[in-house]
Amino acid sequence: MSLKLKALKKSPWVYHVNTGACNNCDIEILELLTPRFDVERFGVILVGSPRHADALLVTGICTRQARPRLQEIYRQTPKPCVVFAIGACACTGGIFKDAYHFAGPVDEAIREVDPNAIIAYIPGCPPKPEAMILGVVKALQAL
Amino acid sequence: MSHKKGHRCLIPVGPYHPLQEEPEFFQLYVEGETVVDMDWRTSYNHRGIEELATHKTFDQVPFLVERVCGICSASHPLAYVQAVEDIGKIEVPERALYLRSLVNELERIHSHVLWFGLAGHFIGYNTVFMWAWRYRDPILDLLEMTTGSRINYANARVGGVRRDIDNAFMPEIIKGIDEFLPPLDMLIKAVLDDPVLHARLKGIGILTKEDAIKYAVAGPTARASGVPIDVRRDDPYAAYDLVDWDVITQEEGDVFAKVVVRLLECVEAARIIKQCAERLPQIDGPICAEVREIPAGEGVGHVEAPRGETFHYVRSDGSPRPVRHKIRAPSFNNVPSFKASCIGYTVSDVTITLASIDPCYSCTERMARVVDRKSGEEILTFADLVKLSQEKTKRIKEEMGV
Amino acid sequence: MTESSVIDEIKERLGPKVIRIDQPLPDRAFIYVEPEDVLEVVRVLFEDMKGRFATATGLDSRDYIEVLYHFPFDKQDIVVTVKTRAAKPFPEIDSISLIIPAAQWIEREMHDLLGIEFRGHPDMRRLILADDWPEGVYPLRRDYSQRREPPGPGRVKPVSESDSGESAEEKEKGEVSES
Repeated sequence: MSLKLKALKKSPWVYHVNTGACNNCDIEILELLTPRFDVERFGVILVGSPRHADALLVTGICTRQARPRLQEIYRQTPKPCVVFAIGACACTGGIFKDAYHFAGPVDEAIREVDPNAIIAYIPGCPPKPEAMILGVVKALQAL
Repeated sequence: MSHKKGHRCLIPVGPYHPLQEEPEFFQLYVEGETVVDMDWRTSYNHRGIEELATHKTFDQVPFLVERVCGICSASHPLAYVQAVEDIGKIEVPERALYLRSLVNELERIHSHVLWFGLAGHFIGYNTVFMWAWRYRDPILDLLEMTTGSRINYANARVGGVRRDIDNAFMPEIIKGIDEFLPPLDMLIKAVLDDPVLHARLKGIGILTKEDAIKYAVAGPTARASGVPIDVRRDDPYAAYDLVDWDVITQEEGDVFAKVVVRLLECVEAARIIKQCAERLPQIDGPICAEVREIPAGEGVGHVEAPRGETFHYVRSDGSPRPVRHKIRAPSFNNVPSFKASCIGYTVSDVTITLASIDPCYSCTERMARVVDRKSGEEILTFADLVKLSQEKTKRIKEEMGV
Repeated sequence: MTESSVIDEIKERLGPKVIRIDQPLPDRAFIYVEPEDVLEVVRVLFEDMKGRFATATGLDSRDYIEVLYHFPFDKQDIVVTVKTRAAKPFPEIDSISLIIPAAQWIEREMHDLLGIEFRGHPDMRRLILADDWPEGVYPLRRDYSQRREPPGPGRVKPVSESDSGESAEEKEKGEVSES
């Protein structure tokens, strides 16, 4: 295992990207930081710039307007990085899959930039905070 | 950033900015530190729900509209079903009315406390953020207990509600609310007494009464500017005309007034919830009227969501699907009021002013660093921390001479 | 109670400008007006009668585009909706945003989604749709809604590093030069 990957697994810093979510997943992500779940215990910190991040938490369907921005954010993130598609919308498009402003699920947008991107899916509408923690742990174990 | 108008500079905020949870693009034109103009570009979040709704049946649409905004996921479906009930002239059973009010008020508390925490965070007061969110958790537990989900409740349905809440839960709800009231009281007192918050929020981002009417703002944003509108009272729906509560208004129109309005509304919401929970066991009967088909026609439904009036217009042509479903979320009217409330203030005040209307975006990314400099030192108990914080406030008070 | 008084007042103040009034429920009223009278009607409702402007709805009925202005009268507990229609395929109507500043944004939205031209609007830029959405495709029009194909895939072309710093005008210029 490369040193970079080892460091990433130790304390993943995450950057949160909302590409057209309804806020549900977002407030559940915030919930992770607050006293009940407090993921900072595990070294997970939300950072203010993708350039500091080890992982991207992507929520929401990828709207036409947000898609190029998401790809740009992915480019700016140092590699290796893990992309977490959080919620049904980010995984598949969910209830919005027929919407005219939907530009494909998150994994397609990311794969277009980097075919070998590491993408983890956390389904649910919204996934419970516990599910998000479990998803992150599973993804890091699989690395 | 070249903008050829005098010495103006452009500060872009967004679309992905640490201060915003949702992508939204604000352009601040500044002269020195002062904001002289602002522009707003949205679309990053546009999903086309209005068009999607015309491809779903009347009974499917509530599931779609509760995903308009995750924090208003009880209000939007309710506004929609009221619009449809308007078309079909459907009478809703009494028990369903109380159940609707109950869930909507729980949502209001959760939303207002959430906002209060974020507002604290916006001004760099993370203690408020953590505390507020800590006390919000039990409310989410109540929602999960009563509706089965922390956030998407799937509660409203054309003709009534989708699921009943067992009467056995009512004492639990009352107990939960009773346990929430002392911390809420503490938060309110902390805000009203805290000189730091006074210094930071009073007189900032004033939205005058005239501007509030001109920009047609809704909800707490309007009520904090002395416009006494509240759909729950003005066009009573659910059980709001059957229970006892007050509309909270403030005259100042600044950010502080908005904080006060929201926190006091939580107290009113708690009153409503308790009355509903006390009365529900005595009300038997169906929870949903029988609805066969929706005739042709048009209906208007509006509901006081935590952020203000959410307005739905539905037209039916007698087919199983709506022909047009217009959704106007409160933020759509509230956000443009920055034209009146942000201009003339400094850049540093803009964040909290924008946040003060609770524009359905919030901040995740900047809270990151609560660096633990105390590691290795003695562990402070909760009471110690409270004491320390009180001492600090006292010290600041003395320094400020208040 | 006082519901009818609002309707009476509207009749009295607007007289022949009102073509028809429907009141399906005591607290809901729909008044039909000609498009050229919209400015005057809206001014009377908003300024003289102190109605609150909730929002406006644009909708595509088969033969024309309808525009609905919703005015809740909170004290009297009634929601008055002003209905008017504009001809297809190039609907035009007077902008009410000089009377009600709040209407600016909803008119921009209707312009994006339905292609309604608002005469006299101070700032008719794109608000809701993506930058790369083609001109002249209106997702809430009937012909679009029945076809249901998004016009082309989402823009794949990478955006420049300084994307978030660009102003909307600059972005628009950039797109013009590309095409």
